[in-house]
Amino acid sequence: MTSLTSGDRVRCLAGAKEREGTYITDRDGMAVVKLDSGYNIGIHPGSCAFLSRPEAVIAPDRGIPEGEGLPLLSIVSTGGTIASRIDYRTGAVTSQFDARDILRAIPGLAGIGRFRAKQLSTILSENMTPGIWRELARAVYGEIREGAAGVIVTHGTDTMGYSAAAIAFMVDAGVPVIFTGSQRSADRPSSDNVMNALCSASAALSGPGEVVVVMHDSPSDDRCAIHRGTRVRKMHSSRRDAFRSSAPGPIGYVEYPSLKVSLMGDARPRSDREPALADGLDDRCALLTFVPGLSPDILRAFEDYHGLVLAGSGLGHVSSSWIAPLAAMVEEGTMVVMTTQCLHGRVCDRVYDTGRDLLRVGVIEGEDMLPETALVKMMWVLGNTRDPGEARDLMRANLRGEYTGRSIDGF
Amino acid sequence: MDFKALGLRAGIEIHQQLDTSGKLFCRCPTRVRPTAEHEGEFFRYLRATESELGEIDEAAREEMKQSRRFTYYTYDTTCLVENDEEPPGPLNQEALDISLTIGKLFGMTPIPQVNTMRKLVIDGSNTSGFQRTALVAVDGWLPEGVLEGGGEIETLCLEEEAAQRVEGDCFSLDRLGIPLVEITTSPAMKTPEEVQKVAEYLGMVLRSTGRVKRGLGTIRQDVNISIRDGARVEIKGVQELDLIAEVVRREVQRQQSLLAIRDELRKRAASVDPEIIDVTGIFAGTKSGILKQAELILAVRLRGFGGILGREIQPGRRLGSEISDYAKKCGVGGIFHTDELPAYGITAGEVERLRTAAAAAPDDCVAIVADTGPRTECAVRQIARRAGLALDGVPEETRKMLPDGSTAYMRPLPGAARMYPETDVVPELILDARWEGLPTPELLSARADRYALELGLDPSIARQLAYSERLPLFDQAVAGKVSPGIAARTLLSTLKELARDQVPVERIGDDDIIATLRAVEEGRAAKEAIPGILQRIAGGVPPDKAIAECAPTISRADLLILARRIVGERTAFVRERGKGALGPLMGVLMAEVRGSVDGKLVSSVLREEIDRLLSGEGL
Repeated sequence: MTSLTSGDRVRCLAGAKEREGTYITDRDGMAVVKLDSGYNIGIHPGSCAFLSRPEAVIAPDRGIPEGEGLPLLSIVSTGGTIASRIDYRTGAVTSQFDARDILRAIPGLAGIGRFRAKQLSTILSENMTPGIWRELARAVYGEIREGAAGVIVTHGTDTMGYSAAAIAFMVDAGVPVIFTGSQRSADRPSSDNVMNALCSASAALSGPGEVVVVMHDSPSDDRCAIHRGTRVRKMHSSRRDAFRSSAPGPIGYVEYPSLKVSLMGDARPRSDREPALADGLDDRCALLTFVPGLSPDILRAFEDYHGLVLAGSGLGHVSSSWIAPLAAMVEEGTMVVMTTQCLHGRVCDRVYDTGRDLLRVGVIEGEDMLPETALVKMMWVLGNTRDPGEARDLMRANLRGEYTGRSIDGF
Repeated sequence: MDFKALGLRAGIEIHQQLDTSGKLFCRCPTRVRPTAEHEGEFFRYLRATESELGEIDEAAREEMKQSRRFTYYTYDTTCLVENDEEPPGPLNQEALDISLTIGKLFGMTPIPQVNTMRKLVIDGSNTSGFQRTALVAVDGWLPEGVLEGGGEIETLCLEEEAAQRVEGDCFSLDRLGIPLVEITTSPAMKTPEEVQKVAEYLGMVLRSTGRVKRGLGTIRQDVNISIRDGARVEIKGVQELDLIAEVVRREVQRQQSLLAIRDELRKRAASVDPEIIDVTGIFAGTKSGILKQAELILAVRLRGFGGILGREIQPGRRLGSEISDYAKKCGVGGIFHTDELPAYGITAGEVERLRTAAAAAPDDCVAIVADTGPRTECAVRQIARRAGLALDGVPEETRKMLPDGSTAYMRPLPGAARMYPETDVVPELILDARWEGLPTPELLSARADRYALELGLDPSIARQLAYSERLPLFDQAVAGKVSPGIAARTLLSTLKELARDQVPVERIGDDDIIATLRAVEEGRAAKEAIPGILQRIAGGVPPDKAIAECAPTISRADLLILARRIVGERTAFVRERGKGALGPLMGVLMAEVRGSVDGKLVSSVLREEIDRLLSGEGL
């Protein structure tokens, strides 16, 4: 609409007089101009005239502190924002992925370790795919092989739980692999990014030798919880403490601002053994939530799938009209695992007739696994073996703490 | 003081809360709560975000000198938006309409597309670390009648109110997010009185909408002041209108004093030593509590500053107070300087050793600060910085008002480097139809004229009424056929008198007042009984009962009998005085009915009786 470029100085007729400002962009048919007072206004594009195009200003390269002699930590970025900068000239907020930029934005990190940063992708986490999980698994594995004392994965929060579970199955890490992100954008002074990043760095050094999510534990900046990657779920759309572990709860905490790490008894200790990578994933797997009245016809959509996780009602039920079609599916070679849409508690298909029928036709009980974790696990199991018996055994085995042996009190 | 000769230029920024049902970016009520009612609390740390050029806004940087932990109170009337735990909802359209209406009243032009911005504020008063604000209209005017030569209303912004500070770094979230308009004038005022007059005018126009909040804290004025050779200083948070002129006078005095100090320092070839001296050892055995507890004591020599730090620059404030304010930004309690020592437990001997350590000449001043290591180091740099600024005259600053009208340093003036777009709020197109469709309310000044003319009220009463918080109640009463005079007297005087007599008038509701006035209008109560009725209501008596308790105990027939008896007993007096007997006999009769009957009725009945006697009928 206009031939102006973001950052151009312009003179515009706004109100009763002309005023100067910086052209930002066109939006909804209006030219958005940043006045010298800092306010943006939207005005008719015709009322703006080009004045000059300032030369690009290069940000001064100020030295950043290097944590000499400290352990090496690796940051792998998938698109979750851990650090941002604001261009006040245009108001644009840009995400920072370079280790130097991250250190500059969160100076406290330099006191914890030396950092190496790797940018894997810049996607919104809803656009995450099993293909990227595989790349991420290789990257994490590579960083550990190359001597990282711990790996921090920055990730959008929406699907962080899925990714953490996927990496947990694919990489036998031995060292802490920390997933973190922010619920409030990194450009705001109140963002949770700084505390989450500092707690993650501390957990990457002193945390458990497994894949975990480290995020705020409460609305206050008091501590982060360390959640096992296979037991964690985003349970709130916007709160800082959106991530919750299934019972028995987080496997540790990082206090803030002391960054002191405490671990629960069942947290897996760090180990020196070589990491292992098993990056096969079968993405012909799906998760289906049963709702009252849902016709079993829907199962036809999954006929070609190698595995199907059901999020059944209560103890793990679907309508009795589903038994015969499910029997046929299993017969055809599709692995079917039952989880509960209650999210909390264990599947128990031996109590009611429907459950017994499900077991009879070959549906596997998913214990107290989260439905999403069961799906990711199924992808990994079927991606690493085609033997139905072995797949069944693996699916039933507790590989990465994805289910508990004993149901501990409550939620 | 000849302010015009001093080149005084002053402008006003007025912040007025709007009386909307919901907040600017969420549906919480706009109700301010007693802090004791808070239901929960949480705490956060805030940090400024780096800009593209590695810059942090100066004002924000100043607030960052301390790592501060802010505590917030939550209520059952606040939600996750105030907690900065949920993105803002859509811009409140009721608030936008009110702000557009205000723009219209000032003759402003609306911005075609309103963009909400984030203005960095990291003093803790906003959970997000920024205040959301949008420029809504520009280019209005102050009429010639208000300000000689006229002036401009430069901008009108719609903003969210900040959280109320409970104390220290604790804030209450009930106020956060209440919509408010910020109106900025050009620096067109040239005397303190003009500033006050313009502030009054702006307030009157705002209240003319009938859609703004009333009461203490709902309107705040910031004043921008400079004199020739001085600097622009923004004084925040003047809540009482009566103090505005005094604040301006005192700021002019301060800037003049600082300029005089500058001239003298230059004459003395004064300077600030770049060297910082560790004097912790000197005070090893000190009696001063503050120095004894300190980890580190640092000093800086201010060459040629001797006697200057103790000089008063406005009532209760010295140059030393200004320097101390800067140092306090690092979290220290204050500073000491040799202009005021020995004192505070520091001995003459210690002062001498300090001066020696700093190699101070007789006309030098040595300032010291004592606290933890990092705080002391930060504070001593601030001392040197502010002392250096004294050599240039008046620094540009944001200042806060002290209770008496003097001011204290808050932070540097914020720059444009603290605004960036609020991407969670969609820009709002202001269509012509919307702008043109908004009614422009009658100004209260015009309404006062109309009341005087149409209702026959005394012009000063009419003005008081129009400007009163109880104006809507007055309109309601008059619409209900209550006599304007009685309504005006009740609303303007009676309630005030009752309050003065310690009657808890805040317990009297608008409906109670209307009920009382209607009772008078319908003859169920005498107007003389209004104070008694209201007093009973304030004491918890239901209105109907209160009215009944004060109802006339005497019917017109009874009154007639009483009047006839009183006149009959004094026939000689009445014949002698003629119609002039009315006054004295009124007193007698009113005493008998003890104020429970309308005086007008008493006088008319009595007059009839006197007339009857004089015309011979009564014989």
